[in-house]
Amino acid sequence: MTKKIMIVGVGGQGTLLASRILGNTVINEGYDVKLSEVHGMSQRGGSVVTYVKYGDKVYSPIIDEGEADIILAFEMLEAYRAMPYLKKDGVMIANTQKMDPMPVITGAMEYPQDIAEKMSKKINLVTVDALSLAQKAGNVKSVNVVLIGVMAKNTDIAYEKWVETIKKTVPEKFLEANLKAFEYGYNL
Amino acid sequence: MKKLMLGNAAVARGAYEAGATVVASYPGTPSTEITENIVKYDEIYAEWSPNEKVAGEVAIGASIGGARAMSCMKHVGLNVMADPVFTASYTGVNGGLVFCVADDPGMHSSQNEQDSRHYAKAAKLLMLEPSDSSECKEFTKKAFEISEQFDTPVIVRLSTRVSHSQGLVEECERVDYQLKEYEKNIAKFVMMPGNAIKRHVVVEERTQKEIEFAETTDLNVCEINDSKIGVITSGISYMYAKEALGDRVSYLKLGMVYPLPEKLISDFCKKHETVYVIEELDPFIEEHCKVLGLDVIGKEKFTMLGEYTPEMIKKVIFNEDKNACEKAEEAIPVRPPVMCAGCPHRATFYVLKKLGLVVSGDIGCYTLGAVAPLASVDSTICMGASVSAAMGMAKARGAEFNKKLVSVIGDSTFIHSGITGLIDIVYNKGNNTVIILDNSITGMTGHQDNPTTGFTIRKEPTKQVDLELLAKAVGIERVVVADPFDLKNFEKVVKEEVEADEPSVIIAQRPCALLKTVKYTGHCKIGDNCKNCKLCMKLGCPAISVKDGKVCIDETQCNGCGLCINVCPFGAITKED
Repeated sequence: MTKKIMIVGVGGQGTLLASRILGNTVINEGYDVKLSEVHGMSQRGGSVVTYVKYGDKVYSPIIDEGEADIILAFEMLEAYRAMPYLKKDGVMIANTQKMDPMPVITGAMEYPQDIAEKMSKKINLVTVDALSLAQKAGNVKSVNVVLIGVMAKNTDIAYEKWVETIKKTVPEKFLEANLKAFEYGYNL
Repeated sequence: MKKLMLGNAAVARGAYEAGATVVASYPGTPSTEITENIVKYDEIYAEWSPNEKVAGEVAIGASIGGARAMSCMKHVGLNVMADPVFTASYTGVNGGLVFCVADDPGMHSSQNEQDSRHYAKAAKLLMLEPSDSSECKEFTKKAFEISEQFDTPVIVRLSTRVSHSQGLVEECERVDYQLKEYEKNIAKFVMMPGNAIKRHVVVEERTQKEIEFAETTDLNVCEINDSKIGVITSGISYMYAKEALGDRVSYLKLGMVYPLPEKLISDFCKKHETVYVIEELDPFIEEHCKVLGLDVIGKEKFTMLGEYTPEMIKKVIFNEDKNACEKAEEAIPVRPPVMCAGCPHRATFYVLKKLGLVVSGDIGCYTLGAVAPLASVDSTICMGASVSAAMGMAKARGAEFNKKLVSVIGDSTFIHSGITGLIDIVYNKGNNTVIILDNSITGMTGHQDNPTTGFTIRKEPTKQVDLELLAKAVGIERVVVADPFDLKNFEKVVKEEVEADEPSVIIAQRPCALLKTVKYTGHCKIGDNCKNCKLCMKLGCPAISVKDGKVCIDETQCNGCGLCINVCPFGAITKED
C-alpha cells in the first residue's frame, strides 16, 4: 500500500527541506519513494506544494484530491486550500501560523475567519503552534522540523530513524535546535 | 545503494557516467538543476552560456572536437537554440551529442506550453523521453551511445514533473571515454549547399535506420496484461496511466518518441479492441498512429491543456469517479508569487507606475511587476522582447508615445538577447529608454552567475561584462547608473531619459535581496504619527498589510530594506534593530 503525504506552505517556509527529510527517512526503511516538487515561482512567497509517496512500488509522483493520508500544512490558509486532497480517514496537521497573501494585503479579499473550526467540522485536524515550539527550541527557522516531528508520530517509522536523517540533513550549527524542535513536535 | 535523486540530477549523473566532458547551458525552469548538478563532477567542463544558442554551439563544437557533450534548456530555450540544432542534424556528430530539453506542461513557470517533440520531427533528430529519475539517468547515458551509433545529436525530453520529482537511482561507474580523433572533414562539417545537399540524403537514410531501431530497442516496452484495452504512452503520462489503471490494461511505453516505430505500434493495436493514446500536450503519438491508419482514441477524450493526473485518466478510460473529498464553502484567496521583501525591482516599478509609463516587460522575477498593486508591466513575450518590442511600439505610435514608454530587462536577460535589440535601436534611429534591472545575479531561476556577475558557474572569478561600457560601445550616449531605492533621484532620472531626444539606457543597480552578500538588518516599524494614508501599501511588499483598518509591518517578513521609509511622506516609518 502506498502512503501519500502532502506538504503545503508558503515559499520560503522550508517545505522542501521537510520533504527531503521525509524522503530520505523512508528510503532507509527500504521503500520505493517518489517526491514531487515545483520550483521556479515557489521561492517568491507563492503557494508551495510537495508530494511524498512511498510503498513497495510508486508510479505517479503526484497526489490527486481525496488521496492524501497526511497533509502537513505550514500555514492555515494553505491548509484550507489543500483540504480537498485529504482522504476520508486522513489527518491534517496544520501550523497555526497565518500569512497574508497578496489579494488580502491589497484588500481585494479577506483572510477567511476561523479556518481551524471550519476544517475540524469536516476533517481530522491537528493544529500545532509550531512557531512557538521552534522559538522554544532556539531557532525560529526550525518550524519545519517541529512539524516533521508531529507527522513522524503519525507514521510507523521509529523515532531514531528520523533523528538519524535529521543529523545527516541539517548543518552542524543548527543541529541542536533542530533535534529539540523534532522532539517537541514528536511529543506533542 | 540507491539514492533519492531529482530527475534533473539524474540526467547530470547519466552524462557523468557516459563520460561527457563538456556541458554548456543557459538556466531555465524546469531544466536549471541539470547543469547545476553537472558542477559536482570535476571531470566535466561546465558553463552558463550567455544564451541557449551559444550553449548549443559550444556543445556542438565540443562534439566535433571529439568529446561527449551536452546542452540543457527549458522548452522555450530550444527555440533560441533551434538554428544550430537543425543544421547539427545534418552534420551529425563526432563525440556523442545530447540536447536535453524540459517542457513545462501546466506552465508552472513559463510563458507558453509548447510541445518540444515537434522539434525532433522538424529537425529529424532522435528523441528519448524518460518517465522518472531512474530512466533520466539510464536514457541520458544511452542517448550518448545512440548519438554515436547513428551519427546524430539526440534530444532527451523532460517535463516539469520528471525534472522536479525525486526517485530512486542506482549510481554506476563513469565509463572511461576517450576523445574521438579529430579529423578535418569538410564534406561532413561545412554546411554550404553543395555539402548540405549530400548530408540531407544521409539524414533521410539515418531516419529510416532509426525507425528500424525503434521497432526493436528496449527503450520501447510492451506490457501485455489484458486483451481488451491497450494504452500507448510515454514519459510522465506512463506513470499516471500505470497508477490509474494498474494491470487492468496493456501498455506500449515509448521511451523513444522520435522517430516512432510502425510495426510495433500496429501490432500492439491489433492485439487490443480499444487503444488509447495518453500523452500530455499535443497529439504527437496519436497523429503518427492515425497516419498509419490505426483507430486510436486520443485528444477527443483527453485535453491538450495542462498536466494530466491519474484521476483524469481513470475517469476517461473506466468512467470511475473522483475520490470523495471535503471542500471549503467559501472562496479561498489565491497566493500568487510576489517580489520578495527587499526586492530591488519593487522600487523601480513603484516609480514607473507613479509616472504612468507604458512598460515593455521581459522574462525574470520582474515579470511580477505586472501583478497588483504595482501592475506596471504592459507586455511580456519572451527573453529580450522588452527592448525590440518597445522599438516596434515606438515606430508604430510615434515620438509622443515614446516619451511614455520604457523597456525593463534584467542583467542576465539583457546579455541573453536584449543587447541585439539595443543595437537595433541605435542602428535604426530609435529613441527608446531601456532600463536594465541590474540585481547582480540571474534571479528567477535561483541565483546563477552570468557574464555581468564576474564569476563562472564554478564561482571562479572572471572578467565582468561592464553594462555601462557595453551600452556606450554600441552607441548609446546617454547611460545613467541609478539606485532605484533612491526613489527621488530614480524618478528624476527616468523622467529625464524618457524626455530626451535620443536613445538612453538606465542601469537600475541594486543587488537581489536574497544574495548572501546583501545584509539588510533590523526591521521597519510604523510609528504613532502614521496618518494611515496607505501610500506604503502601493509597494506591494509582503511584509506590509492592513490589520483592523491600520497599516502595520509584519516583523517576521520584513528584512529591513527600508524602501517603505523612503515612500512615507510623514516620516512615520522607522527602523529598529
